[in-house]
Amino acid sequence: TRLKEGLRSQVSAALKEGRVTPTELCQRCLALIKSTKFLNAYITVAEETALKQAEESEERYKKGQPLGVLDGIPVAVKDNFNTAGIETTCASNMLRGYVSPYNATVVQKLLDQGAVLLGKTNLDEFAMGSGSTDGVFGPVRNPWSYSRQYKEKSVPKPHSEDKESNWVITGGSSGGSAAAVSSFTCFAALGSDTGGSTRNPAAHCGVVGLKPTYGLISRHGLIPLVNSMDVPGILTRCVDDAAVVLGSLAGHDPKDSTTIQDDFKPFELPNLTDVSKLSVGIPKEYHAPGLSSEILALWSKAADLFKNAGAKVVEVSLPHTRYSIVCYHVLCTAEVASNMARFDGLEYGHRSGMNESTESMYAATRREGFNEVVRGRILSGNYFLLKQNYEKYFVKAQKVRRLIANDFVKVFRSGVDILLTPTTLSDAAPYLEFIQEDNRTRSAQDDILTQAANMAGLPAINVPTALSERGLPVGLQFIGRSFQEKQLLTVAKWFEKQVQFPMIQLEEVKRQDNGVFQHQKSASFS
Amino acid sequence: QKVSVEVLAHLEHLALVDFRDSEGVERLQKAIQFADQLHEVNTDGVEPMDSVLEDRCLYLREDDVTEGNCTKELLENAREKVEEYFVAPPG
Repeated sequence: TRLKEGLRSQVSAALKEGRVTPTELCQRCLALIKSTKFLNAYITVAEETALKQAEESEERYKKGQPLGVLDGIPVAVKDNFNTAGIETTCASNMLRGYVSPYNATVVQKLLDQGAVLLGKTNLDEFAMGSGSTDGVFGPVRNPWSYSRQYKEKSVPKPHSEDKESNWVITGGSSGGSAAAVSSFTCFAALGSDTGGSTRNPAAHCGVVGLKPTYGLISRHGLIPLVNSMDVPGILTRCVDDAAVVLGSLAGHDPKDSTTIQDDFKPFELPNLTDVSKLSVGIPKEYHAPGLSSEILALWSKAADLFKNAGAKVVEVSLPHTRYSIVCYHVLCTAEVASNMARFDGLEYGHRSGMNESTESMYAATRREGFNEVVRGRILSGNYFLLKQNYEKYFVKAQKVRRLIANDFVKVFRSGVDILLTPTTLSDAAPYLEFIQEDNRTRSAQDDILTQAANMAGLPAINVPTALSERGLPVGLQFIGRSFQEKQLLTVAKWFEKQVQFPMIQLEEVKRQDNGVFQHQKSASFS
Repeated sequence: QKVSVEVLAHLEHLALVDFRDSEGVERLQKAIQFADQLHEVNTDGVEPMDSVLEDRCLYLREDDVTEGNCTKELLENAREKVEEYFVAPPG
């Protein structure tokens, strides 16, 4: 049975109607994971348990009792979420071999809906980075590096240079999840977003990346980076799918006291046709230094799109935008210093052979377990938290945070419904170029457009918009009001429909000849 | 100003992570320099923000025991243990 029909594949409908079975779907995804191994998107593939879950799902479909839209749908989870019985490494030597004794709440929720967990995806070590290049299992490769679109635009190298050397990065830190969704090995993936870690790789890999409002989705089981900013992120191939996944994950969790207690009602997105009542804000500070002329043009084109459709498009100002990165630098390193203190080798994770004293064992364990990026942030964080520096740096940053958050409040209060900005400064860089600068520099450069939304706790989404001159994806970002995900996603869906972002043309996928993925505008499950 | 040797030693002791080499110290210096940009912002009369959810009441559970008795699971990931204890080197 092939699922070639029409413009939009509806995998869920196909499962319900028996045109494809959960085990078939699972097997095809597992096979595709194997044939795209060079992407290095997965750290652990949970083949046995996935097939078992698929079989159980199949039983339910046979009885006509699927648990919901997600039943039988293959998904992947970033390797900083705890998954019971499956290794959770955070791409660090510190947690190599650590098998979680429990499921993160979001993982449990997916499993309770019948989703099939294919495996854990690759990331920057402990989610620190913007390239998915700094984990101990190596960098993740952007699937678009191998697309016909990119190859067509690549200048052929005359010398016998390694053909492989011009592959581009996925962005990060949720690069593995973005690559997994982009290369069709799963229908949805979980990432995390602290400074842009879901939206950035979504933009570079041409997929939808949603950062929900802080407090909407439980962080229980997500190994924390910055407790006051972390959120689980959702990566899918279309906006409707993101809404479906959001619907299954959002809501109060007694195990995470930072989740709000308001009732959350899952929603279906309306097909917006009339945007005349919409007010779109264009924050001028997001025309940041280094923004490529290509993306600037695209952003402008998008603004015009809304204008021509009747929406009110206004320039707005978020004056403290440029301090967001500095503020993040201080608050992030401070919270990291605290959060990484739990890794001492005693209860779990790597333990050094050093036995002279508890303190020397701790120090050696941490030196051996953490990479330079992590150690650097711990040291910086501790510096900013020293008694003599506390007011000057940490408290100062907290004050600047309020100013940043207030900027957004003022703009939304002035009648603007949603903000439209670029997501990244440029399309994905070649790996060899990216690693020329160190992690902190790159993060500071790449997070500039995404970070402020984390400061303010606001929902934001990357929508793939167009291909760059190099044949690589470029996305644009929408930022919405707190807890107004329905409005945010509705507008994003309208925009997605207008831009008709092209589907990636991957040799490996065609070769698999699983009609599941061919000839579809977006292989979605909703 | 450069970070003093005493502060560096103090940091290593607090963080239980070492600088390894001069590169590590360089990195810290750059991080401090970067952070110093914060002082360009006027924050007179501005309250520090701990959480974006500051206007809400944090959820508090009832003081009832709802889970536990998972000693076995908790000990499973530890390298060195004796009976129900995690073992640390003396001193």
